Amino acid sequence: MTLADMSQHRPSLYTKDARTKARNSAEKRFRIYGVVAVGVGVLALIVLLSSVLGSGLGAFRQTMLSLPVTLDAKLLDPKGNRDPADLAKATTITYGKLLSQALEAAVTEKGLAPEGMKTKEIGALISKEAPAILRNQVLAKPELIGTTIDFEALAGGRIDGFFKGRVTMESAALDSNVSPAQLELAQKMRDAGMIKLALNPAFITNPDASELRPESAGLGVAILGSAYMMIIVLVLALPIGVAASIYLEEFAPQNRFTDLIEVNIANLAAVPSIVFGILGLAVFINFAGMPQSSPLVGGLVLTLMTLPTIIIATRAALKAVPPSIKDAALGVGASKMQTIFHHVLPLALPGILTGTIIGLAQALGETAPLLLIGMVAFVKDYPAAPPEGFLDPAAALPVQVYNFTQRADPAFIERASGAIIVLLVFLLAMNILAVLLRRRFERRW
Amino acid sequence: MNDMRLTERTVDATDIKISARKVQVFYGTTHAIKDVDVDILDKTVTAFIGPSGCGKSTFLRCINRMNDTIDICRVEGDILLDGEDIYNKKVDPVQLRARVGMVFQKPNPFPKSIYDNVAYGPKIHGLVKNKAELDEVVESALRKAALWNEVKDRLDAPGTGLSGGQQQRLCIARAVATSPEVLLMDEPCSALDPIATAQVEELIDELRENFSVVIVTHSMQQAARVSQRTAFFHLGNLVEFGETGQIFTNPRDPRTESYITGRIG
Ligand SMILES: Nc1ncnc2c1ncn2[C@@H]1O[C@H](COP(=O)(O)OP(=O)(O)OP(=O)(O)O)[C@@H](O)[C@H]1O
Ligand SMILES: [Mg+2]
Repeated sequence: MTLADMSQHRPSLYTKDARTKARNSAEKRFRIYGVVAVGVGVLALIVLLSSVLGSGLGAFRQTMLSLPVTLDAKLLDPKGNRDPADLAKATTITYGKLLSQALEAAVTEKGLAPEGMKTKEIGALISKEAPAILRNQVLAKPELIGTTIDFEALAGGRIDGFFKGRVTMESAALDSNVSPAQLELAQKMRDAGMIKLALNPAFITNPDASELRPESAGLGVAILGSAYMMIIVLVLALPIGVAASIYLEEFAPQNRFTDLIEVNIANLAAVPSIVFGILGLAVFINFAGMPQSSPLVGGLVLTLMTLPTIIIATRAALKAVPPSIKDAALGVGASKMQTIFHHVLPLALPGILTGTIIGLAQALGETAPLLLIGMVAFVKDYPAAPPEGFLDPAAALPVQVYNFTQRADPAFIERASGAIIVLLVFLLAMNILAVLLRRRFERRW
Repeated sequence: MNDMRLTERTVDATDIKISARKVQVFYGTTHAIKDVDVDILDKTVTAFIGPSGCGKSTFLRCINRMNDTIDICRVEGDILLDGEDIYNKKVDPVQLRARVGMVFQKPNPFPKSIYDNVAYGPKIHGLVKNKAELDEVVESALRKAALWNEVKDRLDAPGTGLSGGQQQRLCIARAVATSPEVLLMDEPCSALDPIATAQVEELIDELRENFSVVIVTHSMQQAARVSQRTAFFHLGNLVEFGETGQIFTNPRDPRTESYITGRIG
């Protein structure tokens, strides 16, 4: 066939030939697969978030009873001398009685008191934590004794659950902790404005509470513990990881030994985290004798876990720096160190920061290794300020979630979901920070 | 090639700046440079010409030990700078590179401002005492590189934002700013338009007053225009080395003749 023939048989550009049609439909199919895959991912995320938010948002609001309480001097300070040592002798039981009576008086005054309900039963609407709160308030300010104050008392867990839909009349009938009559009273008090759902900062600041007082359980100790551990991880893992990466990438000779190290680092990143927990238990606690459940040990274990992530990210970032820049620096007579610190590292910084923050975020959500080093313990006292605080027992956010889910009272499910929300907010904040830092340090030209 | 200036031009200085003897370079098992002997004179422009892959860049990079950065590269033989062996154990390549500057084939400015690009060398070598002196060095380097007028109003602008030709002149300014004794240029004009090329060539001619310049080029005309001496490489061998006029008008080796007349390439 000559060229002239061919041009005569050439089809028009306006009609698609079979090959083109097949290619186009393959492309279309592939696009649909992609959209479906993204859709499944987004749907899963929506389901997850809505279930967590649905059951967890309640933790940020708490049922409170407002009532006038007369702080009877005869009860609280029988000797009348306001001596702190004597004041401390009035226990929470005394304060509990005081609150019960105050509540009974308040509902009676409004004509809400049900027939034949005992003071104790009315008082059971108030959380067992409330007397302790009131007592602390009085001990801190003894001049309150003898006066009448407006007290915002935490409602009991079942009452709180009633207003959040967790507890119903039917379930109360079967429940030894609460009766339908009490719930009716609570409903009347709500209608009378004595009970309201208020914002609950105590969920963020309070320490954990016992099994019987879900209404006062908070994340204070866990947030502090997690923050302490993140500080330790950042301070240890970032410099060690970056130094190791620079050495491996720029200085180390290429031989069997460095190959071995490289393979090991890659493998270390894949080691199940619980193994790091066992290692931490054996080395840091049993061998080095560091205190159990302390942020120091937790931080060290998480540092070991985070190092491979940081090293891999940093090496990738260093590798991505164009060799021509290194040549340029060496060409004007910069030393290797100067080349690295003046030119290579600044260009690699965004990648290093992103890797570090991703590593930190991973460490923040890590649970299994912390269980093994005792961070699962019930800790009611806040750790001291650093550096001593690094040795005090503390909890950690993800472990706190685990702890909450282990408890019998359904109120703790709400707490666990609330804790997950807090954890997610922290993770989100860290990722936003990573993006911002990236933008800030990205080569702008 | 019939440029009469070639024969008129004299070589003013005759002291040897760099002398290479029996230089061999291996990349792993590849023998890239075979037994090369070259004497590069002070205050002279020496051109390296030859077909692609013949080892011009490799030999150039030996002179300031940039080949040290390539793990598999091995250099044998002697290269003397002012009579001192630059491959001696006692020599720190960093110190050497301050005296033997380099301009690369592809413009590679630092991702920093124009000013910082030029100021970097003087700063790290402690050549200036204060900001005023540094300003002066930067200005004179940019003037020498024929870039000053184009960038004097935007010294804080990124060096990577310049055009390709301007970037290459910036790299030349950066190399000149440290006042090296020898300036190595690996195809410095391959990214430049004819006007910028002419500017760079003029610059090279000026640099000759202070430095010894070695330039690798694929352009025979350029070699003829700027250099006083020319070395022809072929397959790792130094085939012919002599006065530029003689190489281009009266080559002794048939391979040289074939190459400059376009038969080997
Ligand atoms: N980094 C390297 N690793 C291995 N071999 C190399 C390396 N650099 C160069 N070579 C080899 O050395 C020989 C000479 O290369 P060189 O770059 O010096 O050639 P050149 O004369 O500069 O060529 P061009 O004119 O194309 O730039 C070539 O055969 C090349 O394949
Ligand atoms: Mg080359």
